[in-house]
Amino acid sequence: MVEFVQLTVNGIAIGCIYALVALGFVLIYKATETVNFAQGDLMMLGAFIAYSCIALWGLPYLVGILIAVAVLAAVGTGLDRIVLRPVVGQPTFAIVMLTIGIGTMFRAGASMTPGWGTETYSFATPYSGSTLRFGTVVIAAEHMTIILATIGLCAGLFAFFRFTKLGVAMQASSQNQLAAYYMGIPVKTMFSLIWGISAGVAAVAGILMAPISLVDINMGFIGLKAFPAAVLGGFGSIPGAIVGGLIIGVIEALAGFYLPAGFKDTAAYIVLLVVLFVRPHGLFGQMARKKV
Amino acid sequence: MALLDVLNIETFYGPIMAIRGVSLKVEKGQIVAVLGANGAGKTTILRTISGVMDPKKGTVAFEGQEIQRHDPNRIVGYGLAHVPEGREVFPLLSVRENLMMGAYLRDDADGIARDLEAVYGYFPVLKARADQPSGQLSGGEQQMLAISRALMSSPRMLLMDEPSLGLSPLLTKEIFGIIRRINRERGVSILLVEQNAHMALEVADFGYVLEVGRIVMEDTTQRLKNKPDIQEFYLGMKDAGQRGERRWKKKKLWR
Repeated sequence: MVEFVQLTVNGIAIGCIYALVALGFVLIYKATETVNFAQGDLMMLGAFIAYSCIALWGLPYLVGILIAVAVLAAVGTGLDRIVLRPVVGQPTFAIVMLTIGIGTMFRAGASMTPGWGTETYSFATPYSGSTLRFGTVVIAAEHMTIILATIGLCAGLFAFFRFTKLGVAMQASSQNQLAAYYMGIPVKTMFSLIWGISAGVAAVAGILMAPISLVDINMGFIGLKAFPAAVLGGFGSIPGAIVGGLIIGVIEALAGFYLPAGFKDTAAYIVLLVVLFVRPHGLFGQMARKKV
Repeated sequence: MALLDVLNIETFYGPIMAIRGVSLKVEKGQIVAVLGANGAGKTTILRTISGVMDPKKGTVAFEGQEIQRHDPNRIVGYGLAHVPEGREVFPLLSVRENLMMGAYLRDDADGIARDLEAVYGYFPVLKARADQPSGQLSGGEQQMLAISRALMSSPRMLLMDEPSLGLSPLLTKEIFGIIRRINRERGVSILLVEQNAHMALEVADFGYVLEVGRIVMEDTTQRLKNKPDIQEFYLGMKDAGQRGERRWKKKKLWR
């Protein structure tokens, strides 16, 4: 029983990372109806920038995080402005290829950056090594931080989208672009900001993951796990992305322990298949309803 | 000087010329109707004025200032709000949030609150449903919401695209009654595009008739109502016997 709880908690922690990356997918998809396959690589970039700040330049942990998130938000906004805006209106497939290309360029760029390269790194966090004990269950501080930070970030984003004028305007822009124009909302700027938020969220995911999986240029491939999480939740639903991420994280952790080797990486996809058979639009998917 | 002065605009969908040199004017405080069949270019005129489409030639002047080819979000700021065809509400936002988006460019909290009460006064049903997602409203309620949302920008002029589309005759009558009240009570000028010629000629002061991208007739609605062509083609007052052939002949005469 203890080991079950233990595994579940670890699974939730990993699931939070999937959830954050999936959240980035969904935010961009909802707004611009394109899938940003560079999401995982943005996460890698965020982790590397945090690593540079903290381990190479010796800045305090929190300062390093803030810098990494800010830089990534700027990168996300810039990507939309410079790279994606000119291809608006092209087939979705072209835009998807473009984001895959951007991701590859980020990976290649990181491997050529002095001080980064293809090695694997770690950086110290203020909480490294400490554990929390609840009865017989032991939770590593790294895992606890991931869970708490994810809850905090999601609550913050929820409040932003729900209660601020800017947040509601972003929702409006993604629900009906033309009507948003008619209201005087600068839709293009909204989309750039959403890209910025997504990239910032990816940076947070990368930084949170760094202590448990180390920093290297291929850490972005976690996007391959986060993508099914987003689909599981019903692509386009923000709560769905989070729940989907958690489900995949937990299943993966449990399957890795109780089932034969090999199931750890396939379990997520098996669950995805089953869910899609039963509910083709995902757990939280909103069927497009449009009255004429 | 007219409030809105459209001069010789030509607008294209790709290679297809949808508006072939249209000029029209809306004076301050007027309701002006544009009548025309499907595909005549009514919606395109409104889109060109509100900046969603850019004219290839011609000018659009609002309060004496040329606004053609400006971004739509700037044009709302000038006091020219568009009620799009087919409502186009934000389906997952609540009714109140939809209305607040209408006031996106405004900062005066007091004025916004006053206008919110005013539109709830015109359409009490919106107040009752303020917290519901607007996608759950009926078609008529969504139309009320679309009009109210445009009013929330405190415009001096409204562009209305087919406000009667898909509504019951009773509801159409109610909506047009309120359109007239908005015009009288708030001094908002209105450019109205309608297929329901009966209603449009009833509320408007002045009318233009559009066919295949050209204005073929313009007059006060009083006089338009008495013209035989209008009675036959738009009000359906003569028998339909040889209509097709006669319509064809008439069109030839107009050009």
